[in-house]
Parts: sequence; structure tokens; C-alpha cells
Amino acid sequence: MSAQAFLSQFVQVAVALALAPLLVGWVNQCRAWLSNRTAPPLTLPYRTIRKLFMKDAVVASNASPLFRLTPYVVFAAMCCAAAIVPSLATDLPFGVAADAIALVGLFALARVFIALAAMDIGTAFGTLGARREMFVGFLAEPALLMVLFTASLISGSTSLPSIVDTLAHRELAIYPSLAFAGVAFTMVSLAENARIPVDNPATHLELTMIHEAMVLEYSARHLALIEWASALKLFNYSCIGLALFVPFGIAQGSDDWAAIAIAVPVLVAKLAAGGFALALIETASAKMRIFRAPEFLGTAFLLAVLSMLVRLLLGS
Amino acid sequence: MTPPATSLVLAAIAAWLAIGVLGLFALRKLRIVSRVLFPAGAAVGVGLAIAAYVAISAAPQATTLPIGLPELPFHVRVDALSAFFLVLLGAAGAAISWFSSGYFRSSEGTPPGLICFQYHVFLAAMAMVLVADDAYAFMVAWEAMALASYFLVTTEHRIPEIRRAGFLYLLIAHIGAIAILLCFGVLQGGSGDYTFGAMRGATLSPAWASIAFFLALTGFGAKAGLLPLHVWLPEAHPAAPSPVSALMSGVMLKTAIYGLLRVAFDLVHVQLWWWGAIALSLGLASALFGVIFAAAQTDMKRLLAYSSIENIGIIVAGIGLTILFKAYDKPMLAAIALTAVLYHALNHAFFKSLLFLATGSVLHATGERNFGKLGGLIHRMPWVAWLALVGTLAIAGLPPLNGFVSEWLLLQAFLFTPTLPQSFVNMLVPIAAAALVLAAALGAYVMVKFYGVVFLGRPREANLAYAHDAGKYERAALCALAAGCVLLGIFPGAVIAALDPVNVLLIGHSAGATAGNWLMIAPFGEDRSSYSAVIVLVVIVAVVLVTIQVVHRYYHGRVRHADAWDCGYPLQTSRMQDTAEGFGQPVRQVFEPFFRLERHLPSPFDAKPFYFVKPGDPWWHWVYVPIARGAELVARFVGLIQQGRISVYLTYSFVTLLALLFFVR
Repeated sequence: MSAQAFLSQFVQVAVALALAPLLVGWVNQCRAWLSNRTAPPLTLPYRTIRKLFMKDAVVASNASPLFRLTPYVVFAAMCCAAAIVPSLATDLPFGVAADAIALVGLFALARVFIALAAMDIGTAFGTLGARREMFVGFLAEPALLMVLFTASLISGSTSLPSIVDTLAHRELAIYPSLAFAGVAFTMVSLAENARIPVDNPATHLELTMIHEAMVLEYSARHLALIEWASALKLFNYSCIGLALFVPFGIAQGSDDWAAIAIAVPVLVAKLAAGGFALALIETASAKMRIFRAPEFLGTAFLLAVLSMLVRLLLGS
Repeated sequence: MTPPATSLVLAAIAAWLAIGVLGLFALRKLRIVSRVLFPAGAAVGVGLAIAAYVAISAAPQATTLPIGLPELPFHVRVDALSAFFLVLLGAAGAAISWFSSGYFRSSEGTPPGLICFQYHVFLAAMAMVLVADDAYAFMVAWEAMALASYFLVTTEHRIPEIRRAGFLYLLIAHIGAIAILLCFGVLQGGSGDYTFGAMRGATLSPAWASIAFFLALTGFGAKAGLLPLHVWLPEAHPAAPSPVSALMSGVMLKTAIYGLLRVAFDLVHVQLWWWGAIALSLGLASALFGVIFAAAQTDMKRLLAYSSIENIGIIVAGIGLTILFKAYDKPMLAAIALTAVLYHALNHAFFKSLLFLATGSVLHATGERNFGKLGGLIHRMPWVAWLALVGTLAIAGLPPLNGFVSEWLLLQAFLFTPTLPQSFVNMLVPIAAAALVLAAALGAYVMVKFYGVVFLGRPREANLAYAHDAGKYERAALCALAAGCVLLGIFPGAVIAALDPVNVLLIGHSAGATAGNWLMIAPFGEDRSSYSAVIVLVVIVAVVLVTIQVVHRYYHGRVRHADAWDCGYPLQTSRMQDTAEGFGQPVRQVFEPFFRLERHLPSPFDAKPFYFVKPGDPWWHWVYVPIARGAELVARFVGLIQQGRISVYLTYSFVTLLALLFFVR
């Protein structure tokens, strides 16, 4: 572990922090284009976050310290996750501290904290959001784990850098197990990032909200951190997807600065394509009733199990 | 020179018995019992844990006690497996005893001195179970444990439901004990020698070995709460006083795990692969069933009891996996799976005790076990609430706490399963892994419900405003258990190294050699998987602190307090929060076929509409009710010969006599 490795680790997290709101802005812009609306500026999420940081925080008088601590914990968990996911380079120092299972654990940590904070004020919408978030989570989390397990089985390792290394150096072909896993992963990412068809990030109708219902009571800097953390979560999921299914252009060593310099624009290009695909899926589908979500996520889970079985039994 | 471990353990058992007897002399003197005897018991527990910790890595030591029947003395032996479970018993027992010092009050039920007696006999019997080295001593200790815990469960014996719960517990405990007795009968292999040493030497045919294993799985499963013999658990745990629930759930269930490990790996020589497959399936079925039912509960102790069924299910699934690997001669994987089993047993002892004790404090402060009448206790009981948060996060399996480590290890064992000879097993392994992660994710749902409804939100009843925080004994005990959860979570390398002698004893292979150091665990080598709780914890804490500093430095830390916004709805009452029924409703709806719901939905014309739902345990209807009906049917036939006339009975005697004369001649 050289100082350079740590430096590239920092660069990766910094790039994630900087690009995450841009990704959200890009997806919103694509959505607007696709539905024939005038698009908001690409930098709107940055301005929103800055605006929120400037404001006075209004906290419900019966909030406990847990409520005020949660945005920081969620943000920290997402930063940790951004350090684990090999978005720019494999072989990062933090990669050995936490593997794919720990990554899912970090997402779960953030989810549990935000659900608890939503229940803390004791409002009807807060508990509704917390219940639905945990409901979506208990179906989505196993599916995500199974997708990662399939990738782990292929590479014989649960460490994400090794997975990416293995996948990037395989013969270019369509692998049935990865195809199943890819579909499952797409479905899980939609659910986990509060996207249509499971949730609607732009909703203003309280009864249909999931994620937005949980953060209703947050304002100012707390809300800014949560928004930023949500953007990071989307960024992390996109990077996991890119790392598993399009693992090209990621720098091999952590001190190969030329490769990292190339990796940044490659990543931006891949994210732009991925963001457009996300916007396309969202525009083309309608939001489901909440009790259709188990069918959707159950399908994702079964597809993920199927991909693991295909890998184990057929070896492909 | 240090005294041998056996003498230290026996001294601890004797000390606990002595403390118990002293309790009988101070029958109604609460002050002496709570300020002297229970703390003394806690000190003995700490001593036992330290002595046993040293003994894990020492060679097995055996001795014979001159008590018991003539020609049938008690054999005692401390090896790595016993010592590991003694550490668990000593550590968790010490914290629970310390909590008990502040917990028990004078009540209408059993007087405090008698509780003290029963409690310490219970502890001593559990320790004796763990060190017994012959079937006779084992069964005596096992029955003493069952009886002592029965009396503890029925502390509030004036309440009919509690007597009923106690009876159910005793009944199933004895069904289990019969199975264990028969298991030992099979294991001695016709030699008539019931010492464990002789059983180790006996060679059984695979058929008899299988019978022994399944008798053990039934017997110990009844005590541990495996399907379908779990029904006593959700009845007995809410009935018992909270420290007793903690002791039963945290420690007593582990004696059953100990027994199963002892029989499956030590007393039986050869393990067959299909035992593993069955134990794995049964364990995962229990885990899923337990967690789905936990999500639907409205009584906090009942919820925790179902969550114990889940955790025991995970542990038994791990044992099944270990057997599978051992049978296929993969000692490295078997050692990893066994490590996960032992680690999870230890973790469960800590976080489940912590949560049961926290419910005890809540119960004392509010007099309420029902979720629907709690809420907002984080403001009134900050100590209990924040310490319970540690337990909640740990049991939900979140990094960097301890629940995550054992699940991580178990998943590693699943993931690195090589191709096994039976294709059926090859399919079972990934499906089992899927079931395990589903159970784990549902576990998080359940714990958010538990914590959120009890401690967060607004108080659902007016009298909750008068709830008080736990006393200093209770706080100290909760702190100790929470610290245990954190330490077990962030130093997994040290824990794995400490329990490695058990792997060597049972599997004949070490998992610790490659398992990593204090900073990082990497059971299969760093390039395949690694996890460092310390780094994760440090990074999360560092990012939290840095973010707080940066935000406050470059912007401002101004905060205004106001009423909750809630989208501007003005009339908000605490009854608009989710109740426990409400929070569990999605799970109930998704898994509806598992439940037998008693439900009342109001019609639009009800003058006084009310909603009522009770999730019933279907196993009553699948297993127990048919058995009861069958017993009634048989009784009715037997009743036919009961005429109540002396002449008829004399005729029976005459016929019997004739028959005997004919046969015996």
C-alpha cells in the first residue's frame, strides 16, 4: 500500500462526490427531453444542495438526536460505498477492508438509519415511508446479494476489485448467468434508488411516496446531505452495474495515473449512456401500486437465484 | 501452577449453588438478594468466563466426581467445545445477573429469595450440562436445567396464561429429553457403558448413527426451538421475567446447540451428507418461519422470541453446512462454517440478552409489553434506548457490528462451496444461500419495527410521559452487553483465533491459520475475500466527524425548533403513527399463506368500528391439534372399558389372571 494508492483512493471518492449530483441532473434532463418538456439545467442539483446548505435547519421539536445524526451516517455510509466500488481503478486500499457483502451491508446500514429517523418524529407519512422502504429493501437486498454472488462465483472472490479484474479479462461473449444477473440488477437498482416503477423521485402525492415520505421532515443542511447521499447511492449503483457488466476502461493498478486519467472520461461516457437508459426505462414505464412491488422484486430475486444456479450447474 | 480447569469450573458451579441456597435463607429480604447475592453470582460468572477462556486452548481435562449413584459416578470433562460454551455462559450470565440485581422487585409471585435459588440452580445446571462427560450426569443436569427454568418461567404463577405457558414448556422439554435419552441409548452401542468416552470408542453402523443423529436433532431441536417443536418459545419467553427470558434465549438455547455439536461431531464418528442436507433445510425453514412471524407480532417479547427461532435456525443451518462439508471431506470449509456457527451463537447470546433486558427495563418503566401502547421512549429512557440501538443494529446484521461478521462468514462458506458429488446438493447450496440472505434482510425489517415502534416516534399513551430510565445496575449490564456486541464486531480476527481450538477438536482442521490478524479477516486468503470491521468503523466515524465539522465551519449550525411539518396536516395525533400491526402488514400480506389470521374488519355500518387481527401459528393446526384429537379419540375408546361397576372390574382382573396363567405358565 503506497501513498499513491491512498491518493488514488481519495481521487476516486472525490470524483464520486463531484459527479453524483451531475448524474442526477443528467437523468432529470433526459427525462425532460423524453417527455417533451423543457429540461432544467444540468447543474440544478449542485445549486439545490448549495441552497439547502445555506438555509436554517428546522427540526421538529420532538426529534431525538438520532434524527439529526442520521444524515451524517447515511452520507458516511455512501462515501464508504463509493470507496469500495471500483469506478476508476481496481486495487484500491479500501477494497480489502470491505468486499461485496460488506458493500450490501453498508447500503443496509444507511437504509436502517434513514428508516429509523423517519419513524423518529412520529408522523403518519414518516412511518409510512419507513415501512415501505424496509418492505422494498427486504426484497431488493437479497436480490442484489445474489447478483453479486453470481459475479463472485465467476471470479472465485467476493472482493470487488478481483471480480472486476476477472470479468474485464474474459473472452468477450454473452454469458447466460450474467445476462440473468444483469436483468435482476437493473430491476433492483430501480427499486433501491426510488425510481419508477417502484417509486417516483418527482412525486408530490404523499400517498405514493416511499423515499420522499421518509425525508419529509428534513430541511436545510440535513436535507442537503440526504439528497447528496441519494445521488451518491445512484452513482454507486450505476458504478456497480458498469463494473459488473461493462468492466472496460477501469484502471488496473492504483498508481497508474495515466490509466486513471483515461478512466475518468470513460466513466463519464458510460454513466451518460447508463443515465440515458435509466431515463428511458422510467419514461417508458408507469409506477406500480405498492403491492405490485413484491412481484417485481420477487422476479428480480428469482432471476438472480437463477443466474447463480446457471453459473453453478452449467458453469456458464 | 494454575489449578486445572475442571476444578475451577466445578468451583464456579458449587459457588452458584451456594449462592442459591443462601437465597433460601433470605427468602423475603429483597435487599440482601439483590445487593449481595445477584452481584456475587455475576462475579462467579466473570470468573467462570475467564477460567473457561484459558481452557479453550488447553488440553482436555477430565475428572470423576464421587457423587451420583453407587457404581455410577459423575464424569466431568472440559475440552475446547465445553470451554467455548462456558465462556458464553459465564459472560452473558454475569451481565444478566448484574442486571437482575436491579431488576427483581417484591411481587405477588415467587419471593425474591426463591427466585435467587431457582436462578442460580439454573445457571449451575447449565454449566453442568456443558461439562458432563457421561449420559447420566448429562441427563441429571439437563433435567435440573429444565425444571429450574420452568419454575422461573412461572414466577408470576398467579396468572393462568403464565401457568399454561410454563406447562407447555415443560411438556416439550420432556419430549426433547426422551429423544436425547434414546439418543444416548443408541450411542452406547450395546456396551452398557454410558460414559461419553465409551461412546467415542463405540463404532456404530451408519443406520444406527443416523438414528442417533436424528434423535439428537429432535431432542436438542425441541430445546433450541426448531420447527415444529418451537411452539413453547413464543409462549414461555413473554411469560418469564425479562432476565430469565434473556438467560433462556441467550444462553439456554445454546446448550442445545452444544449438545447437537457434541453428538454430531464428537460422539458420532462418521457424518453422512444427507444429515447435513436435512439439518440445513430444517434450519433455514426455521429461520424464515421465525422471521416472518416476528414481523407480525404485537408483543415485544414475543417478537424477540420468534427472532430467536430465526437465529437458532441460522445456527442449525450452519451446522448442517458443516456436516455437509465434513461428509464430503472438505475440512477447510467445514472449519469456516463451524466458526460461523460458534460465532453466531456467541453473538446471539450478546445481542439477544441485551434486547431482552432492554424490554425488561421498558416493562418496568411502563408496565407495557404491547407495542401499541409504547413509543417515544428514546426521550424518557435515553440510556436504554441508545444501548438497545446497538443491539438492534447488531441483530439486524449491519456492519461494523457483530451480527454482520457471523453472517459474512457463513455466506463465505456458502459461496466458496466447490462442486460437490451430488447434483442435488449442488442445487441446494445456492438456494440455501438465497434463503439465508432473505432471512437476514427480513431480520433488519423486524428490528426496525421493534426499535422504531418502541423507542421512536411519539408516545402512544399519556402515561408514557412518566416512564423513567433504568437504574444504575441495569444500565451497567446493558452497557457491558452493548460493549460486547461492538468488540465482537470490530475484532473478529481475535475471536476467530480464540475459538479455533474448537474447530481442531471437532473437524480436525484449523480455520484460524489463514483467517487473518486483528485488523482483517480473510478466511480464504486476501485475494478471495476480506473484511476489516475496524477500518469500516474508523472510516464511517471519521467521515461523520469531518462532515459535521465542515458543514458547521463553512455554513452555519443554526437550528430552529418547530412542530412536525408532515405536509402541513394540522391535526396530528400519536395514533396516526404506524402500530405494530401496521408496520408488519406488508410482510403479512406477502406471506399470507404462512399465517392463520384471525381477523375482524369493520363494516361501514358498525356503530363502534374496530379492527382486530391476530396472526396464529399454523403449526398448532398442522401438528399439535391433530395429535390432541388423536389422543382424545384413543381416550374415548379407552373410556369404553371404564364402566364404573365393581363387577366389571373384577371380570377384567379375572380375565387378566387367566391370560397371565396361560402365557406365563
